[in-house]
Amino acid sequence: MLLSPEACAPFECDALTAHRRRPEVVVLPRSAEQVMEILRACRRHSTPVVARGAGTGLSGGALPVEGGVLLVLARLDRILEVDPMRRLARVQPGVTNLEISIAAAPHGLYYAPDPSSQVACTIGGNVAENSGGVHCLKHGLTTHNLLELRVATIEGEWLTLGSPTGEAPGLPLIALLTGSEGMLGVVVEVTVRLKPSPERVELLMAAFDDVRRCADAVGRIIASGIVPAGLEMMDAPAIRAAEAFARCGYPPTAEALLLCELDGFAHDVESELRAAESLLLACGATAVRVAADAAERLRMWSGRKSAFPAVGRLAPDYFCMDGTIPRRSLADVLEGIARLSREAKLPVANVFHAGDGNLHPLILFDAGRPGEVERADRLGAEILELCVAAGGTVTGEHGVGVEKLGPMCSQFGPDELEAFHAVKRAFDPEGLLNPGKAVPTLARCADYGAMRVHGGKLPFSHLPRF
Amino acid sequence: MDRDCTNELAGQARDATARSAPLRIVGGDTKGFLGRPGAGEPLEVASHRGVLRHDPAELVITARAGTPLAEIEACLAAHGQRLAFEPPHFGVGATLGGTVACGLAGPARAWSGPLRDYVLGVRLLTGDGRVLRFGGEVMKNVAGYDVSRLLAGSFGVLGVLLDVSLKVLPRPPGERTLALELDESAALDRLADLARGALPLSAGSWADGRLFLRFDGSEATLDDVTRRVGGEVLAGSNGFWASLREQTHPFFAGSAALWRCTVPSQAPPLPLGSAPLVEWNGLQRWHRCDAAAPVFAVAAAAGGHATLFRHAPPGAEVFAALDAPLLRLHRQLKHVFDPAAILNPGHMYAEL
Repeated sequence: MLLSPEACAPFECDALTAHRRRPEVVVLPRSAEQVMEILRACRRHSTPVVARGAGTGLSGGALPVEGGVLLVLARLDRILEVDPMRRLARVQPGVTNLEISIAAAPHGLYYAPDPSSQVACTIGGNVAENSGGVHCLKHGLTTHNLLELRVATIEGEWLTLGSPTGEAPGLPLIALLTGSEGMLGVVVEVTVRLKPSPERVELLMAAFDDVRRCADAVGRIIASGIVPAGLEMMDAPAIRAAEAFARCGYPPTAEALLLCELDGFAHDVESELRAAESLLLACGATAVRVAADAAERLRMWSGRKSAFPAVGRLAPDYFCMDGTIPRRSLADVLEGIARLSREAKLPVANVFHAGDGNLHPLILFDAGRPGEVERADRLGAEILELCVAAGGTVTGEHGVGVEKLGPMCSQFGPDELEAFHAVKRAFDPEGLLNPGKAVPTLARCADYGAMRVHGGKLPFSHLPRF
Repeated sequence: MDRDCTNELAGQARDATARSAPLRIVGGDTKGFLGRPGAGEPLEVASHRGVLRHDPAELVITARAGTPLAEIEACLAAHGQRLAFEPPHFGVGATLGGTVACGLAGPARAWSGPLRDYVLGVRLLTGDGRVLRFGGEVMKNVAGYDVSRLLAGSFGVLGVLLDVSLKVLPRPPGERTLALELDESAALDRLADLARGALPLSAGSWADGRLFLRFDGSEATLDDVTRRVGGEVLAGSNGFWASLREQTHPFFAGSAALWRCTVPSQAPPLPLGSAPLVEWNGLQRWHRCDAAAPVFAVAAAAGGHATLFRHAPPGAEVFAALDAPLLRLHRQLKHVFDPAAILNPGHMYAEL
């Protein structure tokens, strides 16, 4: 238990460092029973409590509550069981994402979801955020790879949701808890599904001299019947930044780049590889390259995987957005983002999970210059509005946290928001678990709306809708 | 024929809530045997039908809940796509809404995952006539609680599905079924061996003293698999798998109680005194035995659970019991979406 302000200081924020709050106390339990005792004590004293894993979340979901308890689960870090026969692993919530795959590797198995922070992020945090990664289209999100959760409720009761077989009686509450951002219960044990490592993996890199042609190739590949393990796109600013940072062999003059990973049984991967190669050329790729071996594959991935820090070197600050849109709108939304970026006079680099339609526009700015934070904030909100207007969502994998409470108001109406609050009350009648996150109050949405109709104009009436 | 009946359905729900009159939600009426017996006035959803959107490049289909499942599958097949979880129809009139509400999956389940893995979004009519949208038509979406997946297998106790968006997948380039003569224990051992490898096994069942293994892939892959696995190539395998999915296989004939047990795939044969029909690589085991047999306890002891799937005697519990905290949460969640408790009351559990 940490009480002094100095000791609590490192826990003031998660990876959304713009928001900071000092918790009253930080507790680091070592067992599920201790977690339960802490929750019961919080309930007894009506004290808010925020659960936290490694603090790698990008939306402020683990931002502490002032005067509240910060419940750090990082010390529940044991792998309890790896069962190759049943293809599952049972772990405590503080185990990191990558540790699971490392423990499974001797059995030829791995845990599929791979968020970019997988070295550090914990599985408990992954469950809370329903984390994604670069292989979701084929291998699923966290929710698709969970079998069972053991949950402590703020009412002081244990719940076992799901089962090791993946089938359980009653409503599938495991799906409701996953991605609930620590608002409904505290996960103290996680059983995940493991997958056999694919027999063969291939990576193609396709360069384009036009963003629209590259974006259209994404839909063409998927409509052709190929489901790539990963399908990642980068635009010119991201390509140049990644190449300068990682020396990964990206064509420096390309306007857009597609990385297409195929995995599976050897013969199938071989035929998909040939099909994808000719399809990409037919879509107007100026060059298509297949990684010759595992070393080249890793080098080609290294640029993509270091793209955020690489782009981060271009400006003192950046915001990373997380909207998801239907793939057919990729080209239009990217053009829309470029236009908004010009209007806001702030550069935007795009590097994203194209196969999932999950955009990560990086807004570059300098917080030291007066007014730039506000302009960057506004640009971010406009980009998310664009995603919602295209039939998408304000967050694909980073979560709402505190960051996207405003944009949530543009995605959901009052009836849905009220239903979310009622679901929360069903688990947590006093609102003690991670209060104020994930679901905006109706009052907040009224303010958000009021801000938007400023000057008598409809929200974003200047934006074309498509 | 396509029609949007949202307003009529919402009106009926509001009226029923005002009168506290229970409603029994009916789609194609093909799965009425499932669950505890329904009571109340029928709420007919079958006329609320029509495919709303299917763009093959999106791998998503959105349709009204009353749309026949056959129409959905034909629409997908025309573009070389399918529902990966291979849902059973159990009759010609099966609808999309009933399929999702029952949450059932066919022979591919062990490979594809459960139906809820494919639910992307819904439009839901609550018991008191609110129309709510959850999720959407995109692959990744973590805005708000994941209510849409909660509805997969909810048997209508939370609300009436109006529209559903499902993720779809391309059909594999080819399929081949291999049959091997093995007894139940040897078949389970063989399935466990296969589970350790990375062969593209899309279904594994044991019936009539034979293990049936279905593989997906290109011709070259299937030839390779045949060499590695052995056995006899089963001709007309589509008919065989359909007979399991639709329960037209002779094992399912007759009026003895039909129990569905889901247990860890490597669990030894269950001591229920009858030979099962095994599906999902050992995970799902069908048994024909007396409705009063201690099947709930036997399945629980094996690390799984049981459902009394067909031919339950009047008054019998058909789903495995929930512990008290879980049941209380079920009731509280029902209250959120169906405050007057008029939708399919008692269909899943007496207390729900």
